[in-house]
Amino acid sequence: MIQLSQSRNGACAAPLSVADIAGAARIFQPEPAAVETPEPPARDHACLEIAMGPHHPSTHGVFRMDVTLDGERVVKLKPVFGYLHRNHEKIAEQNSYLAFIPYTDRLDYICALTSNWGYVLTVEKLTGLQVPERAEYIRVIVSELTRLINHSCLAGFLLQDMGALGTPLMYAFREREHILDLFEALTGSRMMHNYLRFGGCRCDLPSGWIERAQKTVAAFTPFLDEFEALLTGNEIMRARTEGVGVLAAPLAVSAGVTGPMLRASGVNYDLRKADPYGIYPRFSFNVPLGAHGDVFDRYMIRILEMRESLKILAAALRDIPAGPIIDPKAKLRNLRPKAGEAYGRIESPKGELGFYLISDGGPTPYRCRIRPPSLINLTILEDMCLGQTVADAVVILGSVDIVLGEVDR
Amino acid sequence: MNGWGILRGMAETMRNFAGSYRDPARLATIQYPEVRLPAVENARTIPFLVFDDNPATGLRCTACTICEQECPAQCIYIVKDTAKKPDYLGKMQLQPRVFDIDISVCMGCGICAEVCPFDSIQMDQVFELSASERFSSLLLHKAQLAKPNEHFRQIHPEEAAATDQRREAEKQKAEAKKAQAAAAAKTAAPVSEGPR
Repeated sequence: MIQLSQSRNGACAAPLSVADIAGAARIFQPEPAAVETPEPPARDHACLEIAMGPHHPSTHGVFRMDVTLDGERVVKLKPVFGYLHRNHEKIAEQNSYLAFIPYTDRLDYICALTSNWGYVLTVEKLTGLQVPERAEYIRVIVSELTRLINHSCLAGFLLQDMGALGTPLMYAFREREHILDLFEALTGSRMMHNYLRFGGCRCDLPSGWIERAQKTVAAFTPFLDEFEALLTGNEIMRARTEGVGVLAAPLAVSAGVTGPMLRASGVNYDLRKADPYGIYPRFSFNVPLGAHGDVFDRYMIRILEMRESLKILAAALRDIPAGPIIDPKAKLRNLRPKAGEAYGRIESPKGELGFYLISDGGPTPYRCRIRPPSLINLTILEDMCLGQTVADAVVILGSVDIVLGEVDR
Repeated sequence: MNGWGILRGMAETMRNFAGSYRDPARLATIQYPEVRLPAVENARTIPFLVFDDNPATGLRCTACTICEQECPAQCIYIVKDTAKKPDYLGKMQLQPRVFDIDISVCMGCGICAEVCPFDSIQMDQVFELSASERFSSLLLHKAQLAKPNEHFRQIHPEEAAATDQRREAEKQKAEAKKAQAAAAAKTAAPVSEGPR
């Protein structure tokens, strides 16, 4: 039984019942409970229903929260998504295997390269292609650079949701530009890279790229120190985030939450360690864990993860060997994997990104299913927001780290 | 204790503010239309068709429609011509009568350039593509898409050099083969005429 103590001018004096806290009940009791649930206490005033979004600056895209407010407190919240639905799974089923790679860029448009990796990893499982050593290193490097982009921008967006308009976000974007310059030199595009291929990568690193990347990585630690000096100790930021939007570990696990959200709740689950893919077992890095599961922990986890990513990057840029970048058996066109199915998953910056492909031996997948981390992480938004103020709901949504391209697909 | 964190953050902001005047590395932006960043070799925007020598007859495209089939956004439209023309090896090849790319649909992924077996379609670097009319002016036809090989050399020097080298080698090989065949025919001719 979850109770929220409410004592505001006698308006809602009685504690809210389980029926009121619909989200928590939904997660733990999928079937309606047999026991009689008491009627919610009658209020002497009406609750206010607000549709936040789909065009609201705090929703990071086209996303709507139907919130029911009692005064300033959230008593009910319904996330409504689908405004950015682009039918990606069906597009995958009508296009060839190769032609779907550019669409994976557009799933999570902040971290296109990790989405690329999730898809090509699944097709490699389906076809049994072997990735050469150098390509594996390139994949780790670009994916960790993507993690830096995602986490630093997320911290900026989160602060923007709290009212720190501009400054932290612009600092994060300034660093992001340097990494995007690296991506442009390597892949030809700043955001929609279309870079990884089944069994390797599209093109080799240009000359001097590793030195540039090392410089960028070396300059990132001072930026993180600066960013933390700006934010972590800030009293306003702490007051807005500590104890806000607490997500308990059992609830997070039962709801299928993954990524930094789950680790902020103290659950040690990182696919790079739990189900290693690529060459991640070769690198030594820690998995930072939170203790409270509140918004501040989620912010802190991301800062610490960036520091771990820098360790991986330094090692990978140092050890990258010369050699081929694609499996000689890899076919670009007319790829027809044997009939079968495969599920590939990677630790994208937002959580577990999975692709499930069924092949019937034809030139296109028979079925493609994408498991987007931010959609699953979004499902427990109500449980985190109940009893909080509406301004905190905005911050909690910011800390979930959603990209609507991925949520709606 | 209270307020110390805010002051520290403010100091950081001031340091950045002053640094943006002093340190050019801290200047993140440029004055765009007047100042432009140097082109990046790998950068890509929309595709173009490469021709050698003459835009009317030198188009490398053989209307094989591989790019049309592979294009993820299906923005390429090709109609084959009935007349054939010789390619750089002297072989007779088909040519496109219509080659349209709808650049309002094109997402610039570069797959067409990657799968083209004739080095015909390549990625351009033009980015100021806005137009006041949104249908016909964004549907590029063959004549607008055709650009000389010099343009390709200019924007992608390394890639173009490798392509030119490969094509030259192929050409020489084909010519050597032709010369050999001609020589063989010459030497074989008296023998075949002998018994008659």
